[in-house]
Amino acid sequence: MGNVLVWIVWFVAVFACLGSGIAVISFTNPFFSALALIGNLASLAALYLLLSAEFVAAAQVLVYAGAVMVMFLFVIAYLGDRAESPWAGGPSVQTLFAVGAAGALLVEVITVLSLAAGDNLRTAARISDDFGSPGQIGRVFLSDHLLAFEITSIVLLAAAVGGVILGSERTAQDSES
Amino acid sequence: MGPDIIWYVAVSAALFSIGALGVLLRRSPLTILLSLEIMLNGANLALIAFARHGGEPTGQIFALTVMAVAASEVVVGLGLIVALARDRLALDVDKLRHLRG
Repeated sequence: MGNVLVWIVWFVAVFACLGSGIAVISFTNPFFSALALIGNLASLAALYLLLSAEFVAAAQVLVYAGAVMVMFLFVIAYLGDRAESPWAGGPSVQTLFAVGAAGALLVEVITVLSLAAGDNLRTAARISDDFGSPGQIGRVFLSDHLLAFEITSIVLLAAAVGGVILGSERTAQDSES
Repeated sequence: MGPDIIWYVAVSAALFSIGALGVLLRRSPLTILLSLEIMLNGANLALIAFARHGGEPTGQIFALTVMAVAASEVVVGLGLIVALARDRLALDVDKLRHLRG
């Protein structure tokens, strides 16, 4: 019974995930695209939960679907209505090449998966109960991966400084030099 | 047990392709940033699926780091878009040919 439930949740999450992904790239209004991306991120969080990555799922909803997407929506609201019509005038050469390139990428990965990794990826390792819990992630982050943790803080600082500089009003003195 | 790890990896490949299609197809830098997020999340799903496969939390650590880098990338990207809009440049990557404003 629990088995069937897991499959149902998986199918719903995958359909929501791929459907909202296609919606993101096909809506003409960027506001609707951003809303569809929130659905995409939320259904991905459900998939993370199925893979017993509880902390990453929580961070996905809080950081991505929450903070990052609010910033996106603010900027879209600030820029006003700027709908583009990507499908106007029939398929261009660029459209054909884009679909060809993305399709080739997908076919390539699926082929490699089915040829090389087939049976290897059938079985998942046995894991303890606290796999992916905040406690375990915190311990690993602050012991084995301390350097990555510290460098992340520098990256975030650089991004904050860059955001302030890019977003600040340009003065007359700047444009002279 | 639910679906095998290979199905999660296949979904992540499909997500990555959808994001790549959006980046190649769309001309508004805003939508390109949104598609880029889909690509990053496809990669994240693969990382977490492989973390579950190996029973090692390192993949989840990597996914969290990718999330932080993606947040930084969004800040800088949106800052650039706002700067473009303030200079009244067209938000169309085909028309943006000069970096010096």
